[in-house]
Amino acid sequence: MGVQQNLRRGEVTIRHLSKSYRLNGAPLPVLKDINLNIRSGETLAIVGASGSGKTTLLRVLAGLEDADAGDVLIDGTAIRGVGAERAVIFQEPRLLPWLTVLDNVGFGLETRGLSRSEARGRAQHYVQLVGLQQFEGAYPRQLSGGMAQRVGIARALAVQPEILLLDEPLGALDAMTKISMQQELARIWRDEDVTTVLVTHDLEEAIYLADRILILPREKEGEPRLIEIDLPRPRDRSAPDFVRHREELLSIFGLH
Amino acid sequence: MSYENVSTFLAASFGHRRLARVSAPTATPPRLLGFLGPIAARYGLLFGFLAFWQLASTTGWVNPAVFPPLDVIVSALWGGLSSGALLDDIAISLQRSGIAFAAAVAVGIPLGLFMGQVRLVEQALDPILQLFRQTSALALYPVFILLLGLGETSKVFVIFWATLFPILLSTIGGVKEVDRKLIEMARTYGAGPLAIFRRVVLPASVPAIFVGLRLSATTALLLLIAAEMIGANKGIGFQVMNAQYNFQIPLMFAAILLLALLGLAANALLVLLQRNLCRWSQPNN
Repeated sequence: MGVQQNLRRGEVTIRHLSKSYRLNGAPLPVLKDINLNIRSGETLAIVGASGSGKTTLLRVLAGLEDADAGDVLIDGTAIRGVGAERAVIFQEPRLLPWLTVLDNVGFGLETRGLSRSEARGRAQHYVQLVGLQQFEGAYPRQLSGGMAQRVGIARALAVQPEILLLDEPLGALDAMTKISMQQELARIWRDEDVTTVLVTHDLEEAIYLADRILILPREKEGEPRLIEIDLPRPRDRSAPDFVRHREELLSIFGLH
Repeated sequence: MSYENVSTFLAASFGHRRLARVSAPTATPPRLLGFLGPIAARYGLLFGFLAFWQLASTTGWVNPAVFPPLDVIVSALWGGLSSGALLDDIAISLQRSGIAFAAAVAVGIPLGLFMGQVRLVEQALDPILQLFRQTSALALYPVFILLLGLGETSKVFVIFWATLFPILLSTIGGVKEVDRKLIEMARTYGAGPLAIFRRVVLPASVPAIFVGLRLSATTALLLLIAAEMIGANKGIGFQVMNAQYNFQIPLMFAAILLLALLGLAANALLVLLQRNLCRWSQPNN
């Protein structure tokens, strides 16, 4: 499949990936023989009930956890641990409380060898991109939840990754902030050509943001399914096609 | 009052000052009242206590030979300071506690950072640390005298011993309580163990380390006095005992007052340092 095709930057191939945890000594399978090709530059949403392993899959992609079997290939090369071509955005912003907004955004640049002033220079652009230029000098505890998460997003974008991995990034935000952040993410991704994997439990968010949606079943409840979302952008949540996709997803989860 | 009480009292009072400072400008309407209100709330009881002491002593309600009036105590303090008699004692006391405190910092913080990072070392050393910690430094003082003689070394060492544990244990605690999620985040940005230590673990531990430092500073003064009461011929602690033997009660109280002021000054200095180092954790800046 994808392996034979000519490979572009940020293409992810997942082959026969399996992983189980141990629960009271007994193995608890969370991922069973996942095969998937994530196209360069696309946004793939991963949805599934809790316990379906969607976060585990993302953590394996991030290199934070090892799979029991199978490989993850990025542009044809198997990954080993974390890598500079990937950046992770977690559910919590995970900002360093003793650094200002600007230095938090520059953090990943500094750990990769840039001097503080170089990092600040580049970070400035991304602080602007998420609309926080007035808060450059603020400390994380002075920010609201949505602002803090925007700093986390800017920090990830600042290292210019080929692949952006998001683990329920908007899950902890209130409904209003969430919708405005979704719009902002859609805008940012239109400009930044980056392969994106978005784990979410919000079906509407998945349809609003993703090119394709991977639905992970709970254990022994069938095979993973992929749905193509071929809607024009910016997307309209009330458009008939949008609603149709939502109903399709709901019925897959047996909620319709 | 045990030294734990003293230190929590000091910590609480300094915490309050910050709040008072912030809330002072908001209480504006009657201006003088708004200005005096917080001061009265904060220091009213202290002034009341001092006024009661003065009054009770001058009216003879308590024996002025045992509780001399405050003006007599203050003038005894002033006399001791201006004649230079007390300055020698202050110098030697500060030297003893200063060397011991500095040594405890120099040993406690690096060792604590190391122990907090390496689980195996921490697990191996923790039981013996707990045992040492629970053994009163004062009870061990005779042992230190046996080993090190009755000179300066045993005095400095007993203070060092007592101040080491608050610093060491707070540092270990600070390192162990660093948010694992922040470390994981740093890892995804390619930070190796050294960078994680320098950029995440160390700054995250600073507030906990300061808790230990402030506790230790109080302990240092407490142990200083105890050490100087046994086999010393100089020092503020010696003066307290000596003045009492010679029935120079105002001088005794003057030395006690001096100790309290030194404790307050040490704590204020550490609070100031902490504010400058940990501006990110202050509620208002």
